[in-house]
Amino acid sequence: MKHRTFFWFFLPTALAMLIFIAAPIVSVVLQSLFVPHEAVLIETENCGPFGCTTSVVIDQEATEELRAEQPLGRFAGLEIYFDRGHLATAEVASAWTTSSSIGEFLGAVGDLPFYRAMSFTLTYTFVVTPLLIALGFVIALAVNALSRRIKGLVIFFSLLPMIVTPLIGSLILFWMIDSRGVIGELIQYLTGDPSLSLKASTPLMWIALIVYGVWHSAPFAFVVFYAGLQTVPQDTLESARIDGATRWQQTRYVVIPHLMPLVTFVALIQLMDNFRVFEPIVGFNASAHATSLSWIIFNDLGGETNQLSAAATTSVLTIIGVAILLSPVLVRTWRDFRGKA
Amino acid sequence: MSAIDRRKPVSLKVASTVFIVVWLLLAAFPFFWTLWGSFKVELDFFSIADWTNAITGKLTDEIYGRPFTGAGYYGAWVQEDFWRAALNTGIVCLFVVCTSLTIGTLGGYALSRSGHNYVFWLLIAALIFRAMPPITLVSGYLPPFFAWNLWGYLPTAIIVLVAINQPFTLWMLHSFFQKIPIDLDESAKVDGCTQFQAFRHVIIPVMWPGVITTGLFSFLLAYNDFAVTAMLLNEQNRTMVPKIAAFLGTTYTEGNVMFAVAAVVSATVPLFLLVMLFQRQIVSGLTAGAVKG
Repeated sequence: MKHRTFFWFFLPTALAMLIFIAAPIVSVVLQSLFVPHEAVLIETENCGPFGCTTSVVIDQEATEELRAEQPLGRFAGLEIYFDRGHLATAEVASAWTTSSSIGEFLGAVGDLPFYRAMSFTLTYTFVVTPLLIALGFVIALAVNALSRRIKGLVIFFSLLPMIVTPLIGSLILFWMIDSRGVIGELIQYLTGDPSLSLKASTPLMWIALIVYGVWHSAPFAFVVFYAGLQTVPQDTLESARIDGATRWQQTRYVVIPHLMPLVTFVALIQLMDNFRVFEPIVGFNASAHATSLSWIIFNDLGGETNQLSAAATTSVLTIIGVAILLSPVLVRTWRDFRGKA
Repeated sequence: MSAIDRRKPVSLKVASTVFIVVWLLLAAFPFFWTLWGSFKVELDFFSIADWTNAITGKLTDEIYGRPFTGAGYYGAWVQEDFWRAALNTGIVCLFVVCTSLTIGTLGGYALSRSGHNYVFWLLIAALIFRAMPPITLVSGYLPPFFAWNLWGYLPTAIIVLVAINQPFTLWMLHSFFQKIPIDLDESAKVDGCTQFQAFRHVIIPVMWPGVITTGLFSFLLAYNDFAVTAMLLNEQNRTMVPKIAAFLGTTYTEGNVMFAVAAVVSATVPLFLLVMLFQRQIVSGLTAGAVKG
């Protein structure tokens, strides 16, 4: 295809991505480096018959002028990155010097909003991903052994948790796990503790969110692995069987190696997707126990005061996190490309 | 396959069947439970006294004279104007799917037919954009949208969703178009067609399976989005998902939780139908990227 033709074919989609993805990224980075202007204050002295009083008033004109002159705000450099709401370097340093043990230090750092969100986001990402891969793999094996007639029905129901809107799915689960819901009551009954409640317990809330994450994403792993199982080389299986391999050995040494590329694929996709965990925190009303980076951005943007600079800074930090998770994918794609060329 | 089945030990068969039943319960039971409970009053759905009330609807029976009530649905759709949110979702989804397929098809086709080096870099850029959580872009949208008075309107949200959708659409359509033999359009060009005519008369008639699959995923993205629509739409133009979130924020009072339950069930029904009708396409779409990689 000629360059010219390619250009015209590709122009609309390129424009859409440039204006609404690339430009906002640049703008977010810029916003994170500036803070809004403070109002210009002037001191005026009012002198009357009983002496003079000074009062401080906002100089509207000068403020407007300053804002018009530098619409981005005051250049703050990396100041916002290191403030208490983000990397909080000063607080971390003081926690380091004042705390007597590592545990105390981690506790102090864990109270800072950014590190609190980070600890949940990372725990969620790295616990949910392996679990959903394992669950998806077992479901795929079990469904593969079913007779053709009921397969369709089983796949239909298996897809539901993934297709359904994350916020809606998490609400549906939350209402059941709630202390007044059916599963919540069952747990209270089983543990014999009628006061047990999701809303009051941080570990329970984390477990519930992780269960939701696995429930939501396992179908994706299942579908991918199920498709992979259809292409397992039957000859290899046959010869393994003739050599006397047990069912477990066949799975371990033939099926799993065959599916390994798919496992990597699912793992990489899910690591990126789980890192942006957000909707379940809103659905579970969990922000008192667990927050994520995405949730902090949403919270900063949605409040009464649009804290754009704070949100932009967290956005940049999130993008850096995603970039770190994405780098293996990029390296892989690059190698594939080199290999082909 | 049957030869393997015959040799399967009984214990493994039982274990695998039990496992499937448990998984199906996990996957499907919450939906049926919520559907059933949405026709009850709150004290039945969240039954403190006796959990069987949620099934029999004892308190619902006492209030309404029968174990089912549509009060939650009436409250959500009529009192709280959920119909408006449903309409907005319909508009957003329709336009997002149409627009993103139109420009995505052109772009994906061009990517699949050009052998130049920059194709790789464009695909990599799309992959990076695909990985960006949409919420991180929102603070980049807000200042210009406020300044130019674009904030709050449906077209704004539509065009943003289209753009966020493009990277995925491009990847998917790129791989679908690669499966259509290049000889088809080459021979059309030998017969004197321009590239666009070849696309128009030769490729468009055979591309529908791939386009429909991609369209399904565009629809799901637009339908399921919460972060972007919640931040970019005003109260009147809200789509269903942010509307449900708003129910939670403002009306966690007696009785109104059932509005949210009814709204949640209402918003799930179209997805149910979608999976029922397009199960094959969804499965093939999910695996398209995987099998290649």
